[in-house]
Amino acid sequence: MKKRNNSILLSTPYILWMLVFTLIPLGVVGYYALTDVDTGRFTWENVQNLVLYLPAFWRSILYSLVSSLICLVIGYPVAYFIAHRKPVTQKFLYMLVMLPMCMSFLLRTLAWVGLLQDTGIINNFLDGIGLSRLPLIRTPAAVILGMVYNYLPYMILPLYSTIVKIDGRLIEAAEDLGCTPVQTFTKVVLPLSMPGILSGMTMVFVPAVSTFYISQKLGSTDVVLIGDIIERFFKQGNNANMGAALSLLLMILVFVCTGIINRFGGTDEEGAVIV
Amino acid sequence: MKHLNRIFTILIFIFLYIPMAVLVVASFNVGKDITDFEGFTLMQYVEVFRDRSLLTLLGNSLIISILASAIATVFGTVAAVGISGLSPRLRKPVMALTNIPMTNPDIVTGVSLSLLFVFIGSQMLGQRNALTFWTLLIAHITFNLPYVILNVMPKLHQMDRSLTEAAMDLGCTPLQSFFKVTLPEIMPGVISGAIMAFTMSLDDFVISYFVTGLDFITLPVEIYNYTKKQIQPKIYAMFTMLFLLIFVLMVVMNLLQLKNDKKQAKRGGAA
Amino acid sequence: MSKELIRLRDLTMEFDGERILDAINLYINDHEFLTLLGPSGCGKTTTLRIIGGFLTPTAGTVTFDGKVINDVPPYQRQINTVFQRYALFPHLNVFDNIAFGLRVAKLPKEEINERVNQMLEIVSLKGYGHRSISSLSGGQQQRVAIARALVNRPKVLLLDEPLGALDLRLRKDMQNELKRIQQAMGITFIYVTHDQEEALSMSDTVVVMDKGRIQQIGKPEDIYNEPKNAFVADFIGESNILDGVMLSDYKVKFFGRTFTCVDKGFEPDEPVDVVIRPEDIDIVAPEEGHLVGTVTSVTFKGLNYDIIVEFKGFKWLIQTTDFHGVGATIGIRLNPEDIHIMHKSEYSGMFGDYSSYSAEYDELAEDADEEEE
Repeated sequence: MKKRNNSILLSTPYILWMLVFTLIPLGVVGYYALTDVDTGRFTWENVQNLVLYLPAFWRSILYSLVSSLICLVIGYPVAYFIAHRKPVTQKFLYMLVMLPMCMSFLLRTLAWVGLLQDTGIINNFLDGIGLSRLPLIRTPAAVILGMVYNYLPYMILPLYSTIVKIDGRLIEAAEDLGCTPVQTFTKVVLPLSMPGILSGMTMVFVPAVSTFYISQKLGSTDVVLIGDIIERFFKQGNNANMGAALSLLLMILVFVCTGIINRFGGTDEEGAVIV
Repeated sequence: MKHLNRIFTILIFIFLYIPMAVLVVASFNVGKDITDFEGFTLMQYVEVFRDRSLLTLLGNSLIISILASAIATVFGTVAAVGISGLSPRLRKPVMALTNIPMTNPDIVTGVSLSLLFVFIGSQMLGQRNALTFWTLLIAHITFNLPYVILNVMPKLHQMDRSLTEAAMDLGCTPLQSFFKVTLPEIMPGVISGAIMAFTMSLDDFVISYFVTGLDFITLPVEIYNYTKKQIQPKIYAMFTMLFLLIFVLMVVMNLLQLKNDKKQAKRGGAA
Repeated sequence: MSKELIRLRDLTMEFDGERILDAINLYINDHEFLTLLGPSGCGKTTTLRIIGGFLTPTAGTVTFDGKVINDVPPYQRQINTVFQRYALFPHLNVFDNIAFGLRVAKLPKEEINERVNQMLEIVSLKGYGHRSISSLSGGQQQRVAIARALVNRPKVLLLDEPLGALDLRLRKDMQNELKRIQQAMGITFIYVTHDQEEALSMSDTVVVMDKGRIQQIGKPEDIYNEPKNAFVADFIGESNILDGVMLSDYKVKFFGRTFTCVDKGFEPDEPVDVVIRPEDIDIVAPEEGHLVGTVTSVTFKGLNYDIIVEFKGFKWLIQTTDFHGVGATIGIRLNPEDIHIMHKSEYSGMFGDYSSYSAEYDELAEDADEEEE
């Protein structure tokens, strides 16, 4: 029929574009991962060398999981609070949450350096009121703080979108059926928030696990994350092939992790929630 | 409990905005050190406009983000109209394709595109500088497209399908009915998609960092290079101005959405 | 009637291998008010959409004014449509909605103004031109949709359940309004509905459809009085449908008794379906009746009582203005003109038995409502 033909005609350029610039590049990554940096011949060497970087992988996963969970715990009450305001207030608060996402995360992370460093704003303040300075920067906690700070909006927004859609009558119904406020929350509100929780977890986890700037600025030199290593191979080490192998593993890892996260709720609209 | 939550939320907002405040304060600082406020000055703002290279960088960023978001908006809107008319069997893989840049880590997207460009550029075309303005533009269009699609698609689904049929019934060719009926109906989605694409493009660092060449560098990439050394305070002034710009953009987007919601609510009430 | 305007020849439509329309043949005359009537899924809307040009038939032809128009796109047809939920353009006001088609046709401004204002008057919406669509009531939106279509002076107006979204009272008013407009403008109306009352009261011709096939075409009176098969008899009004045998012309036997009827032309001893309308049955004293039965249920309907009467294990619906309590024994008389004989069809035995009427019947209706939500 004509309408179908038109639709195919209109969407074909887009499909081709996305194939060429999203799917094929992933194939190219695979090609580089399996070839030697100097000779360009096929090799398993890069893949075998991945073992060397497993500690960094585990560290990345651990840090980003902890960050995601912290984001969830502190993001949920905020999302809940926003979802229960007047519509106009909701819009405004939503915007306030979104705004930092649009600002240079490099500079904002740099601001944290200024806050946390040994001669930084916080330590100067502590010193000023007669307390001793604390070792804040170059700790795992500082890296996690940086992740939580940077990606918290990615948690709050999908959570808000889900919570705001929960029908108020369901809560009344639960209360009517004898639930205490705590029971209402655990038995009704929380299960219904699940799509937002999963979406938020994914949206925090993915950028956190692959970050390379936060750890460089806030972490100590021995706390190296996988993103840092990939960046170094591309920009300093001049070994794009090893970098490609690492990227490939990172991608597979993210795919598996988000798969596991989404298994919990079986939702397939992650990503869509935020828009 | 309610008050507790209010206080907690306020604290989180403070947490979110403290670093930004630090940067804004630093933009008025006489001294260079972010941690030490030596005195108030507007000098840094003057400096921004004096520094040609900084303005060039900002210009580069604006050129890329305006071009990429404009192209992605037109391209994506047309594609969304096409996709929404596909059978579900075809639509699913297309949407999966759309979601690749959304779900893949930015670093993987950046790395994969850079490898593609290098592969085509140096291995197939034999060029020395595979990474140029054009590769950067292609990369930006690519990660902007899903934002446009995901903003426009819901509007297309909300739209009563018989509206376009009604337009054709009244004598419109399919093209006329798109411009006279479909486009006005999905406009809010097109605009929010365009604004989202623009801000994402303007702020993108990770992907640009990998696909950018030496001849065309955007502001975020150069900021990264700056932050490896001592950063110049005029950067903070520029940050503050960009902050204001994006704030205004968001308010505009918000008002548009609010207006649209009201219209929708009214419509729903009458039906 | 005047000349033929549209003809559907062996019109067939399939979606994903499922046959929605099965070789429909139909002609529509100029100035006619024709209604496609049937339950949901019967193919009536598909037929309408093919005539409008929104669907291309799998097989068969649509002829308009002597020309085959299968491949003519909707915007080149002299046909306009009033859509099910009106499909008014929300970004345009009332005036601009009505003017839409004229502007697309690039008519001069003065003519557009004149024709739109004239149309606003015809649909009693004078002075509403600048109102936004969302500020209108359902009935007003309905009239804008009609005006928007008619202002283009189409040869044919297609209406797809146009009154479905309105409440009962408004629907009655709009039925009269539509009939008035159709007569005033002298345009062919093709009207789709599942409401038999609507179809009977407005149309010149009613086409009863089911399962993608035309079951009967005729004037409203003929459709009601002379249904062709059990489906039509049941769908149009209430009917008791019984198994009978046509002994000879004017003689039919059912319930072990021979009755005189007005039908003829059947094979000797042909098994037939016998239709008896509930309002045609006369209740008499038991000793005077052709049949004697017991009242098993009584429902007050306002104008009359619906009573269910059991005759030898078979339950009939009878409409009567006199009250007969449950358990009462009554007799009935059937006049020859009250008995209508139909050939057996695929629908025989499926309709016209009121054994499951009453409580159970209501429950079923409730279930159906729930499903719709």
